[in-house]
Amino acid sequence: MSMIEGTTGAWEIVVGCEVHAQVVSESKLFSGASAAFGAEPNTQVSLVDAAMPGMLPVINAACIRQAVRTGLGLKAEVNRISVFDRKNYFYPDLPQGYQISQWNHPIIGKGVVLVDLPDGRSCSIGITRLHLEQDAGKSLHDQHPKQTYIDLNRSGVALMEIVSEPDMRDAEEVGAYLRKLRSILRYLGTCDGNMEEGSMRCDVNVSVRRPGEDFGTRCEIKNVNSVRYAMQAVEYEARRQIDIIESGGKIAQETRLFDPSKGETRPMRSKEEAHDYRYFPDPDLLPLKLEEAYIEEIRSALPELPDEKKQRFVTEYGLSPYDAGVLVSEQEYAAYYEAVAAGRDAKLAANWVISELFGALNKRGVGIDASPVSAGALGELIGLITDETISGRIAKEVFAEMVETGKAPGAIVEAKGLRQVTEPGAIREVIAKVISANADKVAEYKAGKEKLFGFFVGQAMKETGGKANPKLVNEILKEELGK
Amino acid sequence: MAALTQLSLAEARDGLQKKDFSAKELAQAHLEAMSAAKDLNAFITETPELALAAAEAADARLARGEARALEGVPLAVKDLFCTEGARTTAASHILDEFVPPYESTVTANLWQAGAVPLGKTNLDEFAMGSSTTTSYFGPVENPWSPQGEGRPLVAGGSSGGSAAAVAAGLCLGATGTDTGGSIRQPAAFCGVVGLKPTYGRCSRWGIVAFASSLDQAGPMTRSVRDAAILLGAMAGFDAKDTTSAELPVPDYEAALGAGVRGLKVGIPTEYRAEGTSQATVDLWEQGKAWLKEAGAEVVEVSLPHTKYALPTYYIVAPAEASSNLARYDGVRYGLRVEGEDLADMYRKTRAEGFGAEVRRRILMGTYVLSAGYYDAYYLKAQKVRTLIAQDFEAAFEKVDVLLTPTTPTPAFPIGEKEDDPVAMYLNDIFTVPASLAGLPGISVPAGLGPEGLPLGLQLIGRAFDEATILRVGAVLEAAAPAMTPPRMAP
Repeated sequence: MSMIEGTTGAWEIVVGCEVHAQVVSESKLFSGASAAFGAEPNTQVSLVDAAMPGMLPVINAACIRQAVRTGLGLKAEVNRISVFDRKNYFYPDLPQGYQISQWNHPIIGKGVVLVDLPDGRSCSIGITRLHLEQDAGKSLHDQHPKQTYIDLNRSGVALMEIVSEPDMRDAEEVGAYLRKLRSILRYLGTCDGNMEEGSMRCDVNVSVRRPGEDFGTRCEIKNVNSVRYAMQAVEYEARRQIDIIESGGKIAQETRLFDPSKGETRPMRSKEEAHDYRYFPDPDLLPLKLEEAYIEEIRSALPELPDEKKQRFVTEYGLSPYDAGVLVSEQEYAAYYEAVAAGRDAKLAANWVISELFGALNKRGVGIDASPVSAGALGELIGLITDETISGRIAKEVFAEMVETGKAPGAIVEAKGLRQVTEPGAIREVIAKVISANADKVAEYKAGKEKLFGFFVGQAMKETGGKANPKLVNEILKEELGK
Repeated sequence: MAALTQLSLAEARDGLQKKDFSAKELAQAHLEAMSAAKDLNAFITETPELALAAAEAADARLARGEARALEGVPLAVKDLFCTEGARTTAASHILDEFVPPYESTVTANLWQAGAVPLGKTNLDEFAMGSSTTTSYFGPVENPWSPQGEGRPLVAGGSSGGSAAAVAAGLCLGATGTDTGGSIRQPAAFCGVVGLKPTYGRCSRWGIVAFASSLDQAGPMTRSVRDAAILLGAMAGFDAKDTTSAELPVPDYEAALGAGVRGLKVGIPTEYRAEGTSQATVDLWEQGKAWLKEAGAEVVEVSLPHTKYALPTYYIVAPAEASSNLARYDGVRYGLRVEGEDLADMYRKTRAEGFGAEVRRRILMGTYVLSAGYYDAYYLKAQKVRTLIAQDFEAAFEKVDVLLTPTTPTPAFPIGEKEDDPVAMYLNDIFTVPASLAGLPGISVPAGLGPEGLPLGLQLIGRAFDEATILRVGAVLEAAAPAMTPPRMAP
């Protein structure tokens, strides 16, 4: 937690998040229409999605399974009985005139997310609830000078609204929470976490208070579609609220919009204009009852999640918690790492994946799925280092070549003749040459200028094109200079 | 042989099988009767082409000996059931040009059984009413009229068009829907049989929704046997309606004729309501006597929360309706009245598209769901609804079936009670409790009142025990005098 210093003293930021995560499913929450992204407008709309007269919603069992899976992944209570309610309001992209959501009885109750912060601290963020609801369609305002077009492809797509407790105290914690949540959802395969495509959206509730005092009045910031924006929005909003309070004003509870181009929030609608949604249980749907055995079956099929995997990496591979945390942040990283480390020096493998591989991917702007170096190839390279076929320094050269050409490390080493010189006679020969060529420096060294030792090492390595085994060079050089 | 339009559904079915007449002849006779009775305004849309095509197909099947349960039987459908390619209006201006690209499950079941579609019957707008006077297409006239007086009477509602069409011999049977009495009350007013099945017995898929937790489709016919046959074809589990019951549909026709010997019939003390006509009270007594004579034991039972049923209904049903009717917004289908902006378009479309009674119920429903009123109205009403259901459960521990009047009075003149919604709502005082409890109820025509107008008796049964109310209904029907309206098609 970090305080913000105002003109009248320190302030604490309080943040809670509402994340809308689109459920990974073939079809929509209450209809058989496809839930796929990016189709031509109005091509994925069933009679139910268009709210034709007499149409009825039927719960998609796959979406329920995903919600339960997510709940278990968030270490949350799975409610044996939950209820779908109607949230009533008029809007052209809401065909029914109501959204089917869950109000008083959500499918998932309290849970917790453990979060690691860049400074090494950890904290736990409470999950208040997770409920299922329908997405609305999309209003297209830019297709016609005066009219709005409606695309109902998204209408009825299943969303999980994941509500956190107001447990976050600065932008870093918000960023870490969102990243961790996204990681868990991706591990579970219940949401692809793609914030750019809108399959994960976030509303942040921000307030400020004096340390130890009651919560202040909060503002809800909508339309935050990246982790970075969420962090910016929190920073901006907290500062805005502190400025208002310190200049004698009061915070109005309102919904605000984050403008990424300006990095600021601005009012969207105030409480006075707030809708009365007239929630009531949807009479078309019976309460959802989940059997114990069903929940246990889902629990037993859960994958290893980031926290457990991290712990295992620390104990099994001897990694630092920080490195383990980096490697488990995405399931693909962890899988890649484990393939590299299999049967090899696990710590060395971690260093190579984190610094060399991630560096190369970053530079090329590609994900690990498009890595030019396969886990097998990187493992082979690490094998070449540990069996002393090449030195670490040469390995970096080989790796650069692997990234460029996609060739196997062994082939590169052979083709370029990069195999390490480990034959003592050959090294002794080179060293003899260096000593005879630098008689003056040898004399200085012998007179006590011991730091010249490095110079001789460098010369020897240069002579061998960097291929000499550095350990042997050191040993033999010491021996020869000591004569 | 009687005229084709005067046959019962069962007689027509059997006559078709024996080739006494063809399905086409039967359909034509009914289409002619419909033409001759246009002044009743029982139909919103007639579908003669569909009827004749279906009749010809039925004749072909009959000739091949492949007749199905309702092969060649001409039926009318309440214009609340969506029918593929045939206009479906819900008697509302907002849907008056709506042609669904899909067929409701119940009507699809009927066509699957070989029935012949004559047309879509008139109703109260969105099924909201007890008189079929709120229809955008004008009121339905009851085929019955008081002796010596020409003033037209209401057919009851909301399934008034179906009731009138059945009574006047314009079809052999019709579908209705019942939310608080919309099958049973018009059946009683028109002197026909109307059965509201247990909630969940018939699929609601494709029926324009009024109040989802109450709406239920059912048959309207001229005999109890016909109701049994028609219900059997309409009912069944439907995966597209998650509130439909996954239970087998019994052979209702086979259950008839078992009599009532050994059955216990309950008389609910609380149904002696104020404003009930003497003729109704007398007929109720007569009904008890008939059942006793037939061997049933008649006992008094108490349903203590009965008096709260009507107010509870008028909270729950409008609340659901206010939400169900939100989709009629002028955006995707139906009427749109252009406005200056979106909100103006909504206002103008819905103000022009909905009639006064529908607007009244939307307002009531919106009010009872509003923040600050929800607990006092909607939540309270749900609790009372549970108590009402528990009353019935307790009663059915003692008895097998309940006998009550269907309505407090016979049909009243068109135009009466229009300025007094509460008086209109009181029509449903005996039918609403079973609706709230989701229980099956049947109205059987049992006699004529002093003005020569039909009166009905209602039987309420245990959940999913339609067989018993049909069986007891057949006994009442056998004891009651035959009743043919003056406007029966020749």
